[in-house]
Amino acid sequence: MSTAPGIYQGAANVIAALMLLLEFGMLRQALVRDQVRLYAAQSALISVLAVVIAADRNLPDLYALAALSGALKVVVVPLVLRRLLGAPVSEDAPGVAGSYTLNPASAVLACIGLAAFGFFTFGRLHIAGPAAPALALAIAAAMVFVAFGLMIVRRDVASQAVGFLTLENAVSLAALVVAAGLPLILETAFLFDLLVAVVVFGMLIRAHHTKAESLSTADLTRLQG
Amino acid sequence: MLAVVLAILILPLAAGVVCLTIPARLAAAVTAVSGIASFGLVLALVPEAAHGDLSELSGYLRADAVSVIFLLATGFLYGAVAIYAAGYLKGRDARYVRRCSAGLNAFAWAMLAAPLMGSLALLWIAIEVTTVISALLVAIEDTDRAAEAAWKYVLIASAGLSLALLATIFAYYAGAQVLGEHYNLAVQPLIDAAAKLPKTPVRLAFLLAVVGYGTKVGLFPVHTWLPDAHSEAPTPVSALLSGSLLAVSFYAILRFYQVAAAALGSGFPRDALLAFGVASLLLASLYVFGQRDVKRLLAYSSVEHMGILAIGVSFGAPAALAGVLLHVMAHAAAKANAFMGAGVFTVKFGTKEVAAMRDGVRLLPWSGPLFLLAVFALSALPPSGIFRSEFQIVAGGLGSGSYAAAAILVILVTLAFFGLITSATGMLLSPARDGAQTAEPGEPSAWMVVPVLAGLAVLFLLGIHPPGELTSLITHAAAQLGAR
Repeated sequence: MSTAPGIYQGAANVIAALMLLLEFGMLRQALVRDQVRLYAAQSALISVLAVVIAADRNLPDLYALAALSGALKVVVVPLVLRRLLGAPVSEDAPGVAGSYTLNPASAVLACIGLAAFGFFTFGRLHIAGPAAPALALAIAAAMVFVAFGLMIVRRDVASQAVGFLTLENAVSLAALVVAAGLPLILETAFLFDLLVAVVVFGMLIRAHHTKAESLSTADLTRLQG
Repeated sequence: MLAVVLAILILPLAAGVVCLTIPARLAAAVTAVSGIASFGLVLALVPEAAHGDLSELSGYLRADAVSVIFLLATGFLYGAVAIYAAGYLKGRDARYVRRCSAGLNAFAWAMLAAPLMGSLALLWIAIEVTTVISALLVAIEDTDRAAEAAWKYVLIASAGLSLALLATIFAYYAGAQVLGEHYNLAVQPLIDAAAKLPKTPVRLAFLLAVVGYGTKVGLFPVHTWLPDAHSEAPTPVSALLSGSLLAVSFYAILRFYQVAAAALGSGFPRDALLAFGVASLLLASLYVFGQRDVKRLLAYSSVEHMGILAIGVSFGAPAALAGVLLHVMAHAAAKANAFMGAGVFTVKFGTKEVAAMRDGVRLLPWSGPLFLLAVFALSALPPSGIFRSEFQIVAGGLGSGSYAAAAILVILVTLAFFGLITSATGMLLSPARDGAQTAEPGEPSAWMVVPVLAGLAVLFLLGIHPPGELTSLITHAAAQLGAR
């Protein structure tokens, strides 16, 4: 930490920081459409980071991963999400704007607290190596906490699903910085697994939407005790 | 050996695909045949796993004593539930039967695949697949309550599994420091190299794995999806969820435990498991009191038993570990029995409310008494297999000097016993309300009785005289887990 980071490390840190900022953007968005757009942007950053690491560390596998991840997370997943929950909601329902359990300012403040907690605890663990800038890992940890925060402070199925997806992005970021050499076949399997999960999320959101005629989870209180 | 393993990995999936295309009547039959055949295939693995050392089948597949024990639990349940489903699905419309049968086969396939995975990454993928399939099965009833339960389940379990993925990544990071960049997260090399692994990432990976996979195991405080999903799923699915899915997720924790215990010494991983185990057991033994829904009642009993497993591993003594492994099998049989019995009640009475079910012994001449026996067996009354396994766990705990934890275990298990037995006797023995319209005595279907009988036979066998091969399998597996 005492010396200035190299180009690769600097790029990794900047991209990680941008991803965290986008995550706060999702926390503030009132429309599902915009949340999904921010998710796509965040996923694009992951692909860029994969290309940077591939070039820096001479890992040709990562180019393929970047392309595949981009195709799935920037194009397919947002398309699936928008198809499944975008159109009918924006017309008759007020999006997800009213789904805060806290008021927006408090929600953001709480998530800043969570992010700081994640950042400093993981920063102190000193998990770093030639492939792992400790700062980017700490930011990934902050993202994990904010993603959980997003799922908690917003009371609608769309935000919760986006929260899960961005949690997955945070884990991908952590994977890129500490486990860049993980065999491509496993990374690919993770991605397809994500795709299947998204389809199931979509189907359940659809089921909820047709039954409850809203995206709100406030009425999901029948099962208790 | 490899041929049998491949057959286990292909047969249920093929059966699932076939079920979608054939008439509903045949779908139930195909499921039953596939279930029984899969259990036969798993049994064929026992002798070799009981005597052979490790079976690294290839870089990606592995069938050792520990995995075969979890396969036995899942294989038996798959067979039992497949037969039960033939009765349970009778009279439902053809589309539902086909989808449900296909789902059951696919779900069993994913759970049979998980313990056969040789790499922590593939194990994670298999467990994620179980979530995806079972979430759809929870939602299959297409009611408001089922949709709510499925949503909570898929969201909470997926979030938990994201943490488990983080655990896997830190395990890779730790392994890559010793084994090089292109290491594929295979379990055995990681255990072999454990002494040289960096400590902090291993500790982090273990804790994240306990919380992450623990979400699917149903450990407190991340168990909240469990009672909802268990109560709203169709009964055959509830039986598989409780008896098998939770155990398969616990299997993943055991693999991380092996690595962590070898790398850090067993103190830290044991303490972590003890804390989660006691908390889960405490919560569950209090919550079984006053549950109005019989399936929620049994779901909390599952949380209790998963707590017992975690405490058993935390004792660390060979006797306790052997008890844990026996408990996995005995709990699978007992809990599935209880769910299948409760399923007959819900079909007969048309409700899941405990208070609305009365006079079960008279109205259900077979299922009534069998349900009582199942609850007794589940509550560890001798000669049930659960009595033997819990006895071994407590004896192991006392032997290793964990007196307080062993005492807490005994007290809370006894408390849960009272909770369970109060509800069960009410359902069976309290007389029908005056003037209430009572049904005629009789069983809904013989197919729903046969698997419960089979389950009881297995429980008595495990409790009275476990077969020699099985005993050596358990001893072998306990030695693997306890090896430092």
